[in-house]
Amino acid sequence: MAEFEPKIVAFLCNWCAYAGADLAGVSRLQYPSSIRTVRVMCSGRVDPMFVLEAFKDGSDGVLVAG
Amino acid sequence: MGLADRKATYKLYAQAIPGSFAIEKFDTAPCRMACPANLNVQGYVAMVKQGKYEEAVKIIMEDLPFPGILGRICPHRCEKSCRRLELDSSISIRELKRVAADHVDLSKLPVPDITPRNEKVSIIGAGPAGLTAAYFLAIDGYEVSVYESMPEPGGMMRYGIPEHRLPRSVLDAEIDNLKRYGITIHTNTVIGRDLTLEELREHGASAIFLAIGAWKGLKLRIPGEETAEGISDVTTFLREVHLGNLKQLSGKVVVIGGGHSALDAARVALRLGASEAHIVYRRSRTEMLAEPEEVEETEVEGVKIHFLAAPISIGSENDKVTGIECIRTRLSDMDSTGRRKPIPIEGSEFFIEADHIIPAIGQEPDFAGLTQKLNLNVSKWGLLEVNPETLQTNIPEIFAGGDVISGPATVIEAVEAGQRAAKYIGQYLQGKVLPTEWQEEPPMGTNWQAPSKDEPMKDRLKVPTLPKQQRLSGFEEVNLQVDETSAQEEADRCLDCGGCCECYRCVEACGPQAVTLETHAQKPETVELEVGSVILAPGFTPFDPSKFDNYNYAKHPNIVTSTEFERILSATGPFMGHLTRISDKKEPKKIAWFQCIGSRDLNRCDNAYCSSVCCMYAVKEAVIAKEHADYDLDCAVFFMDMRTPGKDFEKYYNDAENKHGVRFIRSRVHTIDPVHGTDDLEVRYVTDKGELKTEIFDMIVLSVGMEISPEMVDIANDLGIELTDGKFCKTSDFQSFATSRDGVFVCGAFQGPKDIPESVMEASAAACSTGVNLSAARGALVKERIFPDESDISGEEPRIGVFVCNCGVNIGGVADVPAIAEYAKNLPNVAYVEENLFTCSQDTQDKMVEVVKEQHLNRIVVAACTPRTHEPLFQETIRNAGLNPYLFDMANIRNQCTWVHSNDKKTATEKSKDLIRMAINRASLLEPIPAVSVDINKSALVVGGGVAGMTAALSLADQGFPATIVEKSSELGGVAKDLKKTWKGRDVQEFLSGLVNKVTRHPGIEVLTDSEVTDASGFVGNFETQVSNGNGTKSVKHGVTIIATGGKPADVDEYLYGQNPRVTRWHDLEHDPDKLKDAESVVFIQCVGSRDDNRPYCSRICCTSSILQAIAIKEEHPETDVFILYRDIRTYGEREALYKKAREMGVIFVRYSLDNKPKVSEVENGLEVDVFDPVLQRSLKIKADYVNLATAIEPADNMAISESYKIPLNAEKFFMEAHAKLRPVDFATDGIFLCGLAHYPKGIDESIAQAMAAAGRATTVLAKDSVQISPLVSQVDADQCIGCGLCTEVCAFSAIELEEIEGKGYRAKNIPASCKGCGLCAASCPQHAIDMLHFRDAQIIASVCAAV
Repeated sequence: MAEFEPKIVAFLCNWCAYAGADLAGVSRLQYPSSIRTVRVMCSGRVDPMFVLEAFKDGSDGVLVAG
Repeated sequence: MGLADRKATYKLYAQAIPGSFAIEKFDTAPCRMACPANLNVQGYVAMVKQGKYEEAVKIIMEDLPFPGILGRICPHRCEKSCRRLELDSSISIRELKRVAADHVDLSKLPVPDITPRNEKVSIIGAGPAGLTAAYFLAIDGYEVSVYESMPEPGGMMRYGIPEHRLPRSVLDAEIDNLKRYGITIHTNTVIGRDLTLEELREHGASAIFLAIGAWKGLKLRIPGEETAEGISDVTTFLREVHLGNLKQLSGKVVVIGGGHSALDAARVALRLGASEAHIVYRRSRTEMLAEPEEVEETEVEGVKIHFLAAPISIGSENDKVTGIECIRTRLSDMDSTGRRKPIPIEGSEFFIEADHIIPAIGQEPDFAGLTQKLNLNVSKWGLLEVNPETLQTNIPEIFAGGDVISGPATVIEAVEAGQRAAKYIGQYLQGKVLPTEWQEEPPMGTNWQAPSKDEPMKDRLKVPTLPKQQRLSGFEEVNLQVDETSAQEEADRCLDCGGCCECYRCVEACGPQAVTLETHAQKPETVELEVGSVILAPGFTPFDPSKFDNYNYAKHPNIVTSTEFERILSATGPFMGHLTRISDKKEPKKIAWFQCIGSRDLNRCDNAYCSSVCCMYAVKEAVIAKEHADYDLDCAVFFMDMRTPGKDFEKYYNDAENKHGVRFIRSRVHTIDPVHGTDDLEVRYVTDKGELKTEIFDMIVLSVGMEISPEMVDIANDLGIELTDGKFCKTSDFQSFATSRDGVFVCGAFQGPKDIPESVMEASAAACSTGVNLSAARGALVKERIFPDESDISGEEPRIGVFVCNCGVNIGGVADVPAIAEYAKNLPNVAYVEENLFTCSQDTQDKMVEVVKEQHLNRIVVAACTPRTHEPLFQETIRNAGLNPYLFDMANIRNQCTWVHSNDKKTATEKSKDLIRMAINRASLLEPIPAVSVDINKSALVVGGGVAGMTAALSLADQGFPATIVEKSSELGGVAKDLKKTWKGRDVQEFLSGLVNKVTRHPGIEVLTDSEVTDASGFVGNFETQVSNGNGTKSVKHGVTIIATGGKPADVDEYLYGQNPRVTRWHDLEHDPDKLKDAESVVFIQCVGSRDDNRPYCSRICCTSSILQAIAIKEEHPETDVFILYRDIRTYGEREALYKKAREMGVIFVRYSLDNKPKVSEVENGLEVDVFDPVLQRSLKIKADYVNLATAIEPADNMAISESYKIPLNAEKFFMEAHAKLRPVDFATDGIFLCGLAHYPKGIDESIAQAMAAAGRATTVLAKDSVQISPLVSQVDADQCIGCGLCTEVCAFSAIELEEIEGKGYRAKNIPASCKGCGLCAASCPQHAIDMLHFRDAQIIASVCAAV
């Protein structure tokens, strides 16, 4: 059986975490491709409702970074 | 650079600015200049090369109506001027013309649109001159009638040139074609007999062109000519044949003459049945007018040519010719006209038997009384007299041209006469004044395109001919048709001398009519501008290494320059970014870089300076080459000193070596030898330890330095500005952007070799300086940008346009972009999808605007890089298309996909599809948001009162923008207070006191000393900063903020610093000159605390600083031993001269490595320094009176400032600019700027430049009255709000407050100008009464739904 790779929805703050994700790209860091990022203007924008929505839609994990 | 083929119409590269095409033109090709009719030879040859015969014929017919005729019988002067002759042999131009003509049915070509005119023109004579004139006059709209005395039109083309050279079908077709232009030809009409000129005038002819040719054969003027039967001049003979009156001939024929018609007559005679045909010619083969192939074919057919023989009498019997008496001749030396006269040799008479004698020695016009009747002037040669320029006769309405004015000449010359006549008859009829004299052509230029170095030698096309045995039985064409492949290969030999071949296909192809015949003809023009300031930014020229033969650059394809290698690595380069070596297009496995080519080298070139940028770009090229190669690529950099003193450069260098495995070899390679039998290259070098090594590489990159071109030196001289020894612009350390001439500023590499960030800083500094000088005129020439009205999309269904970017190979090299684009097509609401090489390039932007309009798109999604850098660009683009900028979203498939999943192409493609689906789902719900603008507070706050801070404040205040300086210490000046001299030798203290004086006295500057920033709020145009001085806090309102918090020398605890007073740092020793008086030995240690694990950066200025101090010691005390212990000497740019000077003065430089640092110990009366010398391969023990440490430079404690203004620091606590290369003084946050040591260690000259740059950038904000702020703010639904106040509690920006509504209690109200758009209020609202514009709940959920 293939190793379990969790599907992750990540809410990233435009000013830090999203910039960090861009920088990871500029630095060519490699990481698993199972993450889907949603840009928000602040991690404070992330309503708990969004997190629940992500789980409801089938994601295995939710990352809020900011 | 010759890496790829380029057409004359070209675009430099995809991202070039301006992003448009250019046409490369040289002087007119010599073939065209040589053609009497000025035919565009290069143009039609280029078309034949591509098999575009119709286009070729169209080009030919721009200049003449007879492509097929001239393709056969033209004596082709063009071929004699062909530059290919310098290589091998000329191109068979005539043959290529025939190939083009033979493939095109003229009757199928469209006739150009003709605008009819009222005037009528009559042309007498339907030969080549008459018909050509008719052709051009008809195109011009005149009604043209041609009158011909013979039964059929064509003149000498029909009645002089035999069919075996010019088939009648070709002649007929091309003359017939003229009728389609509205030309009427009246044959069998003799003017003077059937019609008179008066009658023509009565018929309405406003002008007449006489082109009646020269049909009367000249006599031999020898005894026997008048009496004997069997003599017929060549014109009569050929005419009778072509009229069909003479069908057979028997006996022997002798033709006299050496021109085309002599050969024609002899060959025709054989075809009519003559038993023998002879030609008697009084000069030799070389003087023959007919071309050699023609002569050869004639001889092949059996004609006997008697060279160097002249007729002296005609023998006859019973009045019938029996033969001709000839005499041998010899040629005299050349006379003044370059001709060699034949001189009869006495006693060499001989007799040729003949039944027919055909003199072919020339013709003259047969006027038959016409000239007397019309009172036309005739010359003593029996030719009509005309104005040579206009061809006008003494009767103004009558023009004449062709053989009638020149005597017998070629068809192409007659064509020229026809062109000329048409031009001037037209002008005459339009009432223009005609020139009275010959108009000299402008001199012919010889600046032609150089043939490429590897242009292969190739034989000239051989034209196939009819076998001899098939020839004489009839008049079948002797020269056979050349097959297409051979013709195209022949055309490919063309060297394209003129660059652009003027085929004007680009004009036809250009839809928006940017290239028209007018714009195509554009030439450089001089425009005079009145300006208050001039900024010079001419850049540099890469050093040309072909002058170094030891590097074999010019000879070996696999030795390239670094600029060429950049192109090889580029996605838009010759190999689409695929790592390829030139010779065999294979992937190189081993590449070497050689540093300092054309830099730091006085022996082989005059460039003593360091070019500053080459070390870093070589490291970068090596790393990127390794990234591009999906195999194990070996990269080695051969260098002298590794110079990476730029911000974050050292870390990159370390990563290149440690993470990427680039090899760095400290050695200067002297020879490269090609490896026999391969395309590889052998490199011999000596290592540090003195070992000789050889290594073979597949490819070598020469890291070429920067030079100022001789042209720029001339311009500088013209401008009256001074240059340095290295030919760079001379500037002072306190104003590195000002030239020696007032009002003329400089930036970039012309000021001195430098990298992009320094160039950008200097550019902003130069702009700011001009701004200070010209502030009174600010805004005078501003044109306001006007956007189209925003279209109202309310009520429209979403129609989304998706643009998927390849980003060169950055995305397309990993993910399957076509598949992604295909996938996007099927997503809901998607109306249009396309993929681009670079979606951000100017041409794609223009196209996007068009597509939005054409497809009526109302939402745009770009799948490319990150919105953090590119969203504003695309938003502006769709705004140009009339869409609100917020109807836009991006899918970040580069930074967050292909770059981070480059090892897994499949999942990268899948993830890209998901990211696009998320963006499209969200885009469907996007709404237009109106712009918000606020007024700007036109003042600045400068944090830091050092040289950088003061310079910035002063230049803003000088422009009328008040500034407040907040200085932590009790006085202004910062670390500059410790400096003595700049590297160019200027006194820093004198400058500093002057600067402090100006600042403190300036009415527009407020200085707050002993003060610190404790808090800050606001945004661009409207900041509010709390400044505390211990006694209290003051609030300062300002529109921009400049961060100039400076730096300081780092504390160290090595080399006995702090334990022994003989160990000092930086300027301690310099400031204590007494110490140096009796010192016998001083040691400087470099890189103390720099370039190690703690501080992985180079402090940039220490090498220059220590060397300056060492020189000062040597100047004062030459006997003192001075040692500099270093790791790499980094005297970048022209600072290199100091390094050289120090060595010459006897300063001893000893290199050490990080893993074997020097050791300092205390000995009696001093110190001892123990260092391992890698050159001597042994330890040195240096007795030192003093050891001075070049300790690292650290930033000030910037944490509080960073937090107050929310601006980032890098790992070493220097402030982080918005973009390392392109925005070196900006922060990502608008309205805050950076300069001085707070950014990175730098010299005082660079600090001042950066401060001016920061002020310049700040001016771009302060000069405006209002600023647009982000409208992405919160929105309260008052109906849903219950007034709980939770939002006001969580808002960090006081951007939401409770407002009492009568009868309803409290309701939340947002304050858009203060709102940062974080959305905390929205997430906190228990009622979901608050939503965020552009980040609405529904929009975010749409993304989430599509994510999984």
